[in-house]
Amino acid sequence: MQTPNPIRYDNVAILLHWLVALVIVGNFALGVYMHELQLTPWKLKLYSWHKWAGVSVFLLAALRIAWRATHRPPALPDSMPEWQKAVAHGGHHLLYMLMFAVPVTGWLMSSALGVQTVYFGVLPIPDLLGKNKELGETLKVVHEVVNFTMAAVVLGHALAALKHHYKDHDGILSRMAPWIR
Amino acid sequence: MKMIVTLALGLAALPALAAEYAGFSPAKSQVEFVSTQMNVPVKGRFGRFDGQIGFDPAKPTDGKARLEVELASIETGLEEADAEVAGADWFDVANHPKAVFESNSVTPLGNQAYRIDGTLTVRGTSQPVSTEARFSEQDGAGVFTGSFVMKRKDFGVGQGIWGDTSVVANEVEIRYQLAAPAR
Repeated sequence: MQTPNPIRYDNVAILLHWLVALVIVGNFALGVYMHELQLTPWKLKLYSWHKWAGVSVFLLAALRIAWRATHRPPALPDSMPEWQKAVAHGGHHLLYMLMFAVPVTGWLMSSALGVQTVYFGVLPIPDLLGKNKELGETLKVVHEVVNFTMAAVVLGHALAALKHHYKDHDGILSRMAPWIR
Repeated sequence: MKMIVTLALGLAALPALAAEYAGFSPAKSQVEFVSTQMNVPVKGRFGRFDGQIGFDPAKPTDGKARLEVELASIETGLEEADAEVAGADWFDVANHPKAVFESNSVTPLGNQAYRIDGTLTVRGTSQPVSTEARFSEQDGAGVFTGSFVMKRKDFGVGQGIWGDTSVVANEVEIRYQLAAPAR
């Protein structure tokens, strides 16, 4: 039986997808690891790196939106039921929203806690919020909730891709990972 | 005519110049600082401090100021940092609860500005500091506002792993507003 081989995403879209995936997974793990650490210079370094990575996710997500808007992605295969297509589109929209929501909540939280975000220690990102401890504590929870939502959706996204590859054999995974056949 | 105007201006200026300021008004005073972490300026303040000011704008060079800051009252904005900087590597408040500034001389710079040279003692180490302050009268109080930069390592503040100035910079800006009631 021949597996259908739909048109894949273009190289730029693929590069951006995996780059963002790598930074998101790494930065999520870093965030979970660092927040319980005792206060040391190492912790302050990690927090800065975490923020820089978060700003990078935001910028890469913006780049992905721009690329996506100007480069048509391959259509989902006709073998997929309509409800699955709807779930896939909904999930992708949610992922795009979360790619912005996660860094934005982190940035707002930093501002409210009184520690500005300075990209790579060079470019200060303006504070939208003034220092406000209670708001900062609230935003800490918001940042956490948004992150674990992101983790759940990413997990669903990855499991769906594997299901398409190993169960449905419909070439969905190969559209974004052409090296996997 | 010109003389009358000069005289009138002189008289108008007299009440302000005549006032003498003595004591300290903690409610109208503030001690804040800006430290730099990973190239990010972070503001904080001290909640408790006391002082003694004696200042007569007519004889500024006789002016005197003393400020004692309770270091345990630091508010960095992060509780874990408040606890850390009170500890042995930083202020060591158990052995050195207060930072003290004592003026040695006041030099008028004109336009209500004064250079105040004095001695700052933190953690048992004394270093000369110089600061430019602006003087103003606000609601019956004489108020000095200014700032200076201290190098924390000159006082042994931030030792051990915290000696790495690429994470927490050596330079810390101290901003103050110190008020004394009119006598």
